[in-house]
Amino acid sequence: MNADLYDDYILDHYERPYHKGRMASPTCTRSENNPLCGDQIRLELRLDESGRVAEAFFSGKGCAISQAAASILCQYVEGKTLDELRGFQAPEMLRLLKVPLTATRQRCGLLGFKVLKTLMYELDQAPTPAQPQPTDTSKLVVATSD
Amino acid sequence: MNTPPVSLTRSPFDIQAVRGDFPTLARPLPNGATLAYLDNGATAQKPLLVIDKLREIYETCTANAHRGIHQLGDRVTVELEAAREKIRYFLNAADVAEIVFTSGATMSINLVAHAWGRKFLKPGDEILLNEMEHHANLVPWQQTARATGAKLRFIPLTADGRLDALHFDRLITKRTKLLAVTAMSNVLGTINPIRELASRAKSVGAVILVDGAQSVPHLPTDVRDPAIDFLAFSGHKLYGPTGIGVLYGRRELLEAMDPFLCGGNMINEVQLETSTWGELPAKFEAGTIPITEAIGLGAAIDYVQSIGFEAIHTQELKLLDRALRLLPQQSGVTVYGPTIEHRGSIVSFTVEKVHPHDLADLLDQKGVAVRAGHHCTMPLHDWLDVAATARASFAFYNTEAEVDTLIDAIHYARHKFRLE
Repeated sequence: MNADLYDDYILDHYERPYHKGRMASPTCTRSENNPLCGDQIRLELRLDESGRVAEAFFSGKGCAISQAAASILCQYVEGKTLDELRGFQAPEMLRLLKVPLTATRQRCGLLGFKVLKTLMYELDQAPTPAQPQPTDTSKLVVATSD
Repeated sequence: MNTPPVSLTRSPFDIQAVRGDFPTLARPLPNGATLAYLDNGATAQKPLLVIDKLREIYETCTANAHRGIHQLGDRVTVELEAAREKIRYFLNAADVAEIVFTSGATMSINLVAHAWGRKFLKPGDEILLNEMEHHANLVPWQQTARATGAKLRFIPLTADGRLDALHFDRLITKRTKLLAVTAMSNVLGTINPIRELASRAKSVGAVILVDGAQSVPHLPTDVRDPAIDFLAFSGHKLYGPTGIGVLYGRRELLEAMDPFLCGGNMINEVQLETSTWGELPAKFEAGTIPITEAIGLGAAIDYVQSIGFEAIHTQELKLLDRALRLLPQQSGVTVYGPTIEHRGSIVSFTVEKVHPHDLADLLDQKGVAVRAGHHCTMPLHDWLDVAATARASFAFYNTEAEVDTLIDAIHYARHKFRLE
């Protein structure tokens, strides 16, 4: 039990989230919900020519933990290469939140991360999205589940 | 004639003595807080009488029932059938053969949906449900409708979350073959008019199934008054063990149904190509049932009857009254569901700007255990137009001081969210 779960860091992200909304032309997008609690996160990434995340946006609804974590995630992934994101693991995501979560609440804290990982997986499965394309790749929508 | 199989007597209701019967209630939480257990709608705490019974059975007569000739097998069979008789008495069923042990209310309803629904429903028949049903009394019927071509119809709700009686005439017709309804909503606490529904179902020749998961622990149940066809409930919400539940079914209906699960115990004679079914209730109890848990449920019923529904109702009404008066007075709090005269001891609510999961987490820091989420009623939450709610559900061992602790903890949560 941690009385500081809802500290200013989490609440600031919850109340004034980073990049909450939709972007005009994402390279890829994915949304998922947690059927147990109904929380939803949609994640949108725009990749530059070198395969770096130029911008990340999220939208969704849910508890302070899931929404603040998505905001923190968006901040973190910008500027990262896809390779760096492939190596990005759950314990590191939980560390970014700076508050210890119980097993049940880790599902909230990791919802955005899970969306990112699914998105990465689908990018890797897609025909050739990882290689720079001469044509406009900004319209590539990998999948959505909503 | 319906004589009680046991009689435990106790003095007039003494809340402290009653709380002393439940070891969990006095145990400090891992964070040091004092527990205010307000999640009885999810599962109830277990009294020592039940815990001791489970231990006694495991220590003295672990054996399979209805099989062994040996002494242990004989003793456990006697205990199991005594538990069945206690349940028959508790429900005022006519015949002990009408009491089928299942794993819980969910399995009880699935049993009817398969063994009765798939055998007797035809295209064009209607299954009448409503938006407040728990998924366990909705999804099995969706599947049965899909398999049989029957149609699902829904009784609309009034603005305060009751079944809208104005639509009964229109919806309960000759086409209605089954009316499946909860006696008490697990979210709104709404107590539904089972007497009227049962009589209307009977007048059109429809079968009525009552989901008693929430009502059976809090209200007296009599399957013959008003007469109903099926009743499903779980042991663990009735202060009994998990893994055990009951299906009451009217004998004539159970006899007409084919088995749901097949295997040992439920047969009369088996040949390589064909089999015949055992007598009721064995026909619906394939394999080894949760024997110890069933006996434990018998002990739970002894316990509940020793308290008595009059005392249970009086205590729970006090708690409900306090919660329904205090909660709406707190800033940002919205309470859902009907007024106290139409409601059992459940109060679902939201706190503006605090998601129910965050609220439940912060209440837990103060020792207050509530449930947060959609409580397995997604359509009802769509109807309420909220993604989730927090739910306080009371039992007779709760106190008015615990209701006050809930109120204080809501202020703590609002304070943590920088709202006050």
